[in-house]
Amino acid sequence: MAVGTERPGIGRPVHRKDSLGTGLPNRAGRQPPGRRAEFWWWIYMRISGLLLLVLAVGHVLVMHVFGGGVERVNFGFVALRWQSPFWRTWDWLLLSLALLHGINGLRVITLDYVRRPGVRVAVNWVFYTTGVVLFALGTEIVFTFNACRWPGITDALRLKLHC
Amino acid sequence: MAQRTQRRARRTQDFGSLYKGREGQWSWIAHRVTGVAIILFLFAHVVDTALVGWGPDAYNKVVRVYQNPIVGLLELGLVAAVIYHALNGLRIMVIDFWPKASDWNRQLIYGTTGVFLAGMLPITIIMLKHILKEHF
Repeated sequence: MAVGTERPGIGRPVHRKDSLGTGLPNRAGRQPPGRRAEFWWWIYMRISGLLLLVLAVGHVLVMHVFGGGVERVNFGFVALRWQSPFWRTWDWLLLSLALLHGINGLRVITLDYVRRPGVRVAVNWVFYTTGVVLFALGTEIVFTFNACRWPGITDALRLKLHC
Repeated sequence: MAQRTQRRARRTQDFGSLYKGREGQWSWIAHRVTGVAIILFLFAHVVDTALVGWGPDAYNKVVRVYQNPIVGLLELGLVAAVIYHALNGLRIMVIDFWPKASDWNRQLIYGTTGVFLAGMLPITIIMLKHILKEHF
């Protein structure tokens, strides 16, 4: 094939050092080896993975296997569960660590399969935005949720919650 | 004789996939597939849980979507995905921090798969019992 006729998206990535495929000079590449962003992401995936081993597997076993599954879950169930700071902390840690772990995973997978620079950047920004929005939404609800302010809840639940 | 050895070598190389991968590649694919499945569900799960902030009517309505036998089976799949991803992730970390373990990579893969299957047996029975009790 003649020079200059290669189709974009076919063959090896255009800029191998440029993980986002922006075509811009790679700022990370000027930092000392072994202390670049990818190194810290690698560390993060392992530390969060170890914590999620307890948090996510524990969550799944408690909520879906031994506790009775999604069938018993309703507003009252969540209200009683989140009376305990322990479960609120557990759920918030799980939310934060899992979102970041999962979105970094999606970023790595995208960089493996999406070759066109513009698409690479766009896809990753969609993931980052989703992550930030969901983190903000989840954090706000976990910390501000107050079942007592809802007039629709039953008197029995109101009594149990000490409203 | 030489021809047969050659043929066997080629067959071993071509084991099950275009990329000539073996157990290592299958566990790599399974890790990616389970990971993507979990994060995509997590996106939905953060939103549905956040609806408790909109009161009992909104939350109970959305959680009812999950309460049917088909989603019950998907729930079982999710539990399997989380447990597989966790066990395989543990194997990856063992090899990362103790490189000598890669000499037994294949045995470790069969080991984690065995632990996964052994764990999933009682979990599947328990979760299928939930589904049968609630819907049939």
